[in-house]
Amino acid sequence: MTDNTLPQADRQKRQLPQVNPVYFVLAALIVAIILQNPAFVEPTGYMNFLKRAAPLAILAAGQVYVIVSGGFDLSVGSVITLVVVGSSMLLNNDPNATWWVIAVMFGIGIGVGLINGLVVCYLKVPSLIATLGMMITLNGVAFMWSGGAPRGYLADSFRFFGRYNFTDLPVIRILPVAVIVLLVLGYALYWLMHRTNLGRMIHAIGDNPRAANLAGVPINRVRIIAFIVSSLSAVAAGIMLGGFAGVSTDVGIGYELQAITAAVLGGALLLGGRGSVPATIAGALTLSAIFTLLNFLGLPQPVRQIVQGLILIAAVAIAVQRRKHTGR
Amino acid sequence: MSDIANPPRFTFRFERWAPALLLGFALLAYVGIAVGTGQTQYLTFDNLISILGRSIALGITAVGQTFAILVSSIDLSVASLISATAVLASVVMNGNPAMIAPAVGAVLALGLVVGLINGVLIARLEINPLIATLGMSLIIQGCLSAFVSNFVGQVPVEFQVFAYGTMGSVPFSLVFLLALAAAAWFVLRFMRFGSDIYSVGGNKDAARVAGIKTSRVIIGAHVVCSLCASIAGLYLASRLRSGAPWIGSDGVYDLESIAVVVIGGTVLAGGRGGIWGTMAGVMIFSLIDSIFNLAGVDAFAKQVLRGIIIVAAVAFYTVRSKRLAA
Repeated sequence: MTDNTLPQADRQKRQLPQVNPVYFVLAALIVAIILQNPAFVEPTGYMNFLKRAAPLAILAAGQVYVIVSGGFDLSVGSVITLVVVGSSMLLNNDPNATWWVIAVMFGIGIGVGLINGLVVCYLKVPSLIATLGMMITLNGVAFMWSGGAPRGYLADSFRFFGRYNFTDLPVIRILPVAVIVLLVLGYALYWLMHRTNLGRMIHAIGDNPRAANLAGVPINRVRIIAFIVSSLSAVAAGIMLGGFAGVSTDVGIGYELQAITAAVLGGALLLGGRGSVPATIAGALTLSAIFTLLNFLGLPQPVRQIVQGLILIAAVAIAVQRRKHTGR
Repeated sequence: MSDIANPPRFTFRFERWAPALLLGFALLAYVGIAVGTGQTQYLTFDNLISILGRSIALGITAVGQTFAILVSSIDLSVASLISATAVLASVVMNGNPAMIAPAVGAVLALGLVVGLINGVLIARLEINPLIATLGMSLIIQGCLSAFVSNFVGQVPVEFQVFAYGTMGSVPFSLVFLLALAAAAWFVLRFMRFGSDIYSVGGNKDAARVAGIKTSRVIIGAHVVCSLCASIAGLYLASRLRSGAPWIGSDGVYDLESIAVVVIGGTVLAGGRGGIWGTMAGVMIFSLIDSIFNLAGVDAFAKQVLRGIIIVAAVAFYTVRSKRLAA
């Protein structure tokens, strides 16, 4: 339409805001961390940072699938708890059990995502309530399974993914397994979201479900897949968190909100239609960088909460204003 | 209007009666289990009153949450606001009966300010309500835990009447909750503000075109919601005789109040529902707890069943809907 009349000038103008601001924020935060703590430029510094941020990044990258399709997944935190508690019960201190336990956990993830999706699509329960119910239920299941006081110990072969570092490598010297997992899963989720028809259909449903339906998108199937991807990413995050956190029934608490925050920081639009996996991962790293910085500054936990709240509100407010100006 | 040909009193409107139906199921289940397990001593009026008395704070919060959800907003900051107001009340009173009025004033002022900020963030800055109130909740909780880490202050005996006083065999707080619900019903049913709330919740753009100042209505609904949460904080301070920074989040008042409102038939998308449904939702919740206690369900299984029941109760309404669920 009007694009045809002013092709050149228009394109020039539009290319400026193309880079997602979350990357600038992340860069600025990393510079601030380096100024606070020069040891951060050493491979051990940033690799440990990435290692600690990896579970949240993967979790948020899965959450963004549900957010883009127009829903929420509040059950991911309880899936993390269930994975950590359940694996310690199933492993029963037997290192040889690691592989089938991990397979069982991913099976549970598929089941949880499937139920979430079916309840939302066929019982028409809003995803907020459906996944909230799932969260309450799964926390109860984790308690029942462990009898209230989780025992046992995660075998080292299970903790490999979250904990182990490859050392004595050239150039980077150390490479945590968690970072490799982040790169592989992050790329897989990016590819699925931005390079396949499935990703396009998820965007279409979130943007305008009726139009997507008329265009022939199998809405229910795609939404169920989005919930399954989110739950599976929560299982992966849970396995990694099991590597460096202890076994307890509150490992997963608060992760659902952090994942949503990360997605919002990455520019995902709540209620759907817009969101990107790489920007969400950058959002998760930004959130972790903020927490790291607050730690270096010696600020206590309550301040962390206040800052997280302010950032959340500010990020969305800025995004809304930007959208008003650019009309997108 | 086809009302003349088809008078409304002869038509059965499912949505209208669904909360009553659910409440009926819950009551039947309660009586059934009490009789079935031979614990008929629990089937008295006094026991019914005491069951209701356990969810006063949830009820007060849910009345406010109904307003927020009716304008198709939502308030996740109620739990931390409850903690903050309970602590504020008990610190200001500090055992001194003369300080009751200033404490109540300070608490209501805090509620007013939080509600105003929530409303302005949502209505004027157009921030998604979930995010705005979640951020607000983090800020309140952070400020609170920065100063307080345990029970502080003390509530004078005179103020404990709010939670422990009775009128005959009925607790004063239950009467208060019913009066609050009646007032809310009056506002929603007969006042301009109430009808504006339904219009804005039903279709914001249409309401604006019709000349309703939509931002004011949204801000007003959030002020009501936060004021109710502050009153719930006062009640809990009176009941616990002191305030602590975790009482709101321990009670999960944010998510439970939303669940109760939705079980009461108010639609999350806004514009449809009402206070009496919410009250039915509160009763259903307390009945479910009592049923579990009667049946001797263990604490963890209780939680599992609770999650399933919340979803099932909401599905009871939504499964008939032709729209896509958000």
